[in-house]
Amino acid sequence: MRRGITATALVATLAIAATACGGDEESTGGKSSSGELTGTVTWWDTSTVGSEDKVFKKLAEDFEAKHKGVDVKYVNVPFGEAQNKFKNAAQSGSGAPDVIRSEVAWTPEFADLGYLAPLDGTAALKDEKDFVPQAAASTKYNGKTYAVPQVIDSLGIFYNKKLFKDAGVEVPKTIDELKTVSKTIKDKTGKTGMYLRGDDAYWFLSFLYGEGGDLVDAKGKTVTVDSPAGVKAMEVVKDLVDSGAAKTDATDGWENMQAAFKGGDVAMMINGPWAIADTYAGPQFKDKANLGVAPVPAGSAGQGAPQGGHNLGVYAGSKNLDASYAFVEYMSSAESQAKITTELNLLPTRTSVYSQPDVAKNEIVGFFKPVVDKAIERPWIPETGSLFAPLVTEYTKVLTGQTTPEKGVKTTGDSYRKLLKGWK
Amino acid sequence: MAVHTGQSVAKAAGDSDVARGRSRGTGKPPGGLRRSVSTHWYAWAMVAPVVAVIGVIVGYPLVRGIYLSLTDANERNVERNIGVNHLPATYEFVGLDNYADALTGGQFLSTLGWTLVWTVSCVGITFALGLGLANILNRRIAGRSAYRMMLILPWAVPGFVSVFAWRFLYNEDRGFLNKLLAGGGIDAVPWLNDPTWAKFSVIAVNIWLGVPFMLVALLGGLQSIPGEMYEAAEMDGAGPWQRFRHITMPGLRSVSTTVILLSTIWTFNMFPVIFLLTRGGPGEATQILVTQAYKFSFEISPRDFAQSSTWGVLILVLLMIFAVVYQRVLRKQGDTW
Repeated sequence: MRRGITATALVATLAIAATACGGDEESTGGKSSSGELTGTVTWWDTSTVGSEDKVFKKLAEDFEAKHKGVDVKYVNVPFGEAQNKFKNAAQSGSGAPDVIRSEVAWTPEFADLGYLAPLDGTAALKDEKDFVPQAAASTKYNGKTYAVPQVIDSLGIFYNKKLFKDAGVEVPKTIDELKTVSKTIKDKTGKTGMYLRGDDAYWFLSFLYGEGGDLVDAKGKTVTVDSPAGVKAMEVVKDLVDSGAAKTDATDGWENMQAAFKGGDVAMMINGPWAIADTYAGPQFKDKANLGVAPVPAGSAGQGAPQGGHNLGVYAGSKNLDASYAFVEYMSSAESQAKITTELNLLPTRTSVYSQPDVAKNEIVGFFKPVVDKAIERPWIPETGSLFAPLVTEYTKVLTGQTTPEKGVKTTGDSYRKLLKGWK
Repeated sequence: MAVHTGQSVAKAAGDSDVARGRSRGTGKPPGGLRRSVSTHWYAWAMVAPVVAVIGVIVGYPLVRGIYLSLTDANERNVERNIGVNHLPATYEFVGLDNYADALTGGQFLSTLGWTLVWTVSCVGITFALGLGLANILNRRIAGRSAYRMMLILPWAVPGFVSVFAWRFLYNEDRGFLNKLLAGGGIDAVPWLNDPTWAKFSVIAVNIWLGVPFMLVALLGGLQSIPGEMYEAAEMDGAGPWQRFRHITMPGLRSVSTTVILLSTIWTFNMFPVIFLLTRGGPGEATQILVTQAYKFSFEISPRDFAQSSTWGVLILVLLMIFAVVYQRVLRKQGDTW
């Protein structure tokens, strides 16, 4: 009797502990006997809610229509959280999606950590030769391919044509011109010239490249962010904010930037093709012709814009690899890419799509294609995805006057050297 | 009498050699533990589930955290199971290196400095406001229950909802606060974009969230002070300040010492306000110890589990030191806590 009670108590405790730890089993899938694909494919999309997501969701539904046995679970994960959320889920081994839309810099990192399935020889990599080489560069790691490029992009300057006309100014081509143009706009219209994102280091890259700098030199295994060019770039952005030519925010940068530009409170912003659909939704751009796009203003060393984009990767622990490969293949097919480009003005990653009539006459593509061709590729090393976190802290500190440009880049460089063992 | 003393000595000695030596000769009386199990088996059975649950949900993570803080574990070298792939753990034991790094580097100490400023100012102001409001609401004033309801409201709203609401209010261009100031002809204040204003803003929100708790606790304390004492004091000619100083404050002592201790521990570890309002920014101006520990383990990459647990252990140690010192001081003043 005594033992009975103790044992019951113990069993009860263990049962509580066991149920707390039990994960949810995901349904398995594969091919049925007839060769039809079956099962569930969970897809984490990171596109902008309210504009881009609708088109991607529609495409996912079209895939379901083609493969009756496959159920695609579309989940929109905010871009800013996706990297961490995926790493949490992938590491713990439960809750990770089958397919993830990964920013180009995350792909080598995920691959290095063992989270992505190699795609060589699978259905996902159909017509591999058709991919634009720069877009494909970030998908390769250690001689294998771990993702399929979905879109490619770069940064340009977006401007409000009406405000420019009111102020009687031309699009600035250099940083100095940018300052004069901003001042004229302020004097003539009372609006701020430019919005500069202060809470995301990606927006800093075009200034860094413009001064001839870079984050690291992967070939020479050298950290270059704290070079004189890096200091100069920090000084440039700080001067833009201090002189009133640009306004910035340390929190909610994306929402504030889009709201200010769409509402006509600022005349210019630096942004990429992914912002087009959202920008057109703004009151100032009911007439799409009011939106102008130009190359980012050049720094003292010339013009520079980073090459970005998104890839589709398949989680190595996916229970439904075949359907996932087919889904990735479908989402990055020439047909799907053409749809995405027509509806969202995003740049395709297949050479063949650029010659399709609808795509060829798209103005935004016409503008961004040459920018992307000249865009600066980032180093595709596993640590690329880790380079922004230390930089953005210092970048914000410089902009809010908590540190100097010299100290800011030096601290960033020091943390890079800690991260990249053995680099100079 | 002598026999009796002998027995009690043996009992007090417990498992000592003397007792064992004697018991070998005289047979085997049950040991202390066994006897206690056989007499109090029911109590043990009742306690066992609690002990087991606490062991699983508190003890194991704590021990694991302390262990990780003595290694160089990070995202790249911990054990991972991805589908069919199994990657074994390759991190190593590094002793107290992490603690030495944290305590000699500038980051921990500067974050600690701001965490202390944050805790002291939040708790101090919250307590003062709560005390003032409790005194007002303890009088017979018109609409007293309505005021009480309103003042408790911040507490009833889920924390993250309040913090997000505040974030909208603080928005530099579109926020209500700056619109209000613009109406009065004052320039926009960069509430969350300037390091100093950001510190001010997070403290203000935390005070707003913390006052209801203080208010309710102190109001309860006030109501437990007998009214006759005030009457007697008034008869003796004591002024309002004297009554407050010599009746209210001592009467509230046991309540206020508890709420100050609790609120200090909560504020020191107040993750949601800082994280949701500023994410520790701009730069790292409002980063407190817990949000920084979270950043190490979830936001930077590769995630630094070792450093994060080191900071976690240091936070625990700091709070334990605080609680012990606080208890000692109170005991010296004659309070039993």
